[in-house]
Amino acid sequence: MISAKKGDWVQIRQIVLKPEERAPQVPEDTKKVPLELWVKGIAQEDAKIGSTVEIVTATGRKVRGELTAVNPRYIHDYGDFVPELLKVDMQLKEILFGGDSNE
Amino acid sequence: MSKDMSYAAVMARKNEIMKKAIGIDYSVFESGGISFDYERMMREAGYTLEEMQQIQAETSVGNTPIVELKNLTALARKLAPKGKGARIFIKDEAANPSGSFKARRAATAIYHAKKHGYKGVVTATSGNYGAAVASQAAKRGLKCIVVQECYDSRMVGQPEILEKQRACEAYGAEVVQLTVGPELFYTFLTLLEETGYFNASLYTPFGIAGVETLGYELAMQFREKIGRDPDKVVITHAGGGNVTGTARGLLKAGAKDVEVVGASVDLSGLHMASDRDFNRKSFTTGHTGFGIPFATWPDRADVPRNAARPLRYLDRYVLVKQGEVFYITEALSVLEGLERGPAGNTSLTAAFALAQEMDEDQIIVVQETEYTGAGKHPLPQLTFAKKNGIEILFGNPDRDEPGKNIILPAHPSDIKIRDYDIDKARASYIKNCINNYKVTEITKEDFEFLVRDAKTDDSFVEGVLSELNVKIK
Repeated sequence: MISAKKGDWVQIRQIVLKPEERAPQVPEDTKKVPLELWVKGIAQEDAKIGSTVEIVTATGRKVRGELTAVNPRYIHDYGDFVPELLKVDMQLKEILFGGDSNE
Repeated sequence: MSKDMSYAAVMARKNEIMKKAIGIDYSVFESGGISFDYERMMREAGYTLEEMQQIQAETSVGNTPIVELKNLTALARKLAPKGKGARIFIKDEAANPSGSFKARRAATAIYHAKKHGYKGVVTATSGNYGAAVASQAAKRGLKCIVVQECYDSRMVGQPEILEKQRACEAYGAEVVQLTVGPELFYTFLTLLEETGYFNASLYTPFGIAGVETLGYELAMQFREKIGRDPDKVVITHAGGGNVTGTARGLLKAGAKDVEVVGASVDLSGLHMASDRDFNRKSFTTGHTGFGIPFATWPDRADVPRNAARPLRYLDRYVLVKQGEVFYITEALSVLEGLERGPAGNTSLTAAFALAQEMDEDQIIVVQETEYTGAGKHPLPQLTFAKKNGIEILFGNPDRDEPGKNIILPAHPSDIKIRDYDIDKARASYIKNCINNYKVTEITKEDFEFLVRDAKTDDSFVEGVLSELNVKIK
């Protein structure tokens, strides 16, 4: 079980609005799910994933919520190789520079 | 702490919270009806061009280079009829501190917040503006909270938005992330109330005026470099600030004959507040989901009167497809050696097609670029699309169905623009004014305002009003 120590950089989650509290103009699929919030900060106490913890955020706000991650990683990257884009690149060079003849 | 924090109660305090958080008394510009004194608001609540240049220079914003895209122009000429194919230029706004033109908007907003003694700023944005506010706040020593609509209910986030989160955090900001839904505004209000920070809205007079330097600079650079104003300037259009600010700047430079063209990615069919649709689009901005609602009802924004009023300035509004923008993003990279965008390349895509309608000796300018990074690049964006069940095909981009597939043009000659009927947008704007103010007759002042705000003539407004059975007092 991952847990956070007091002083760790963590991410917490809150339910802002339950499905029944959502705004009237929201589409049906969105109305079925809660409005959730995540924010990061420094844990003010030891806590286990899933338990409630208080954090102090980068601006100094105190916020309580469910612990979801410790030292959360940035998960975005450059993705998989997309062969379709290589095809585009080769086509463009072929049209403008004439491919192999351009040596 | 005894305040009622329920959704309804916080929304009911909206005006009171906003007044404290912006420090503008919008009521002085109001007429009591549909009309308000837009130019007076821009004059009194904003800054002069000279002041803005000064403010932006203090944090190294602006003075971005103009780059001629000779290879892309050559490609356009290969596809165009003989004698056609205007010279294509870009203004490399990615050279700004946070990597986009949004630094201009943020620079004036943060300066204003600091000058008025606010300790920090809050902004609601999932885009480049968040990073721009965070960057400018860092430079001026203000605290910063960025509120993002980021995830669907599975906590799956758009790679582009996750990159903005990283960038904001890199600049020292607190990032509050939410699942899909317009109630983001509720969280935004609670944060403004809790912190007493400044609302660094995208739509204040100083935010919009911050973009005027872009249009002004552009005209000056062309006069210096080429000896004349460009023929067309193409602007990616979403919330309307880019169009409004750039066009105002061009006018301030006296560049009255430049055609102002707005361009958006066509995402028709996708619902912007839908949990399901949220991750089925590959563009988080510059698309019709913002472009059309903000053109036809600008006062939907988080300020009482939106300073971004695109219909006042647009001469033409064109749509391009997701697949076309990815294609042109590749072209910019492999033919011009510039990795930029993709979202900012919406206007470049339109310019590539527009150039083919223009004579060879004419000039078309794309007034922005934006930085590229992990998550914010065709590879991760198309990877993400595939993971969300979107098909990537080659063919005729006109056959694309946003949310189902992305059609890369089979050949660059398949890249086109589709003209959006601006008169339709104008009529829709006038209808929205009548509906929102629930009136059956309007004043002469309102009438004149509508003519100006929709950039049209008396008879057009009269026609729409008579269809709605609205009389002029």
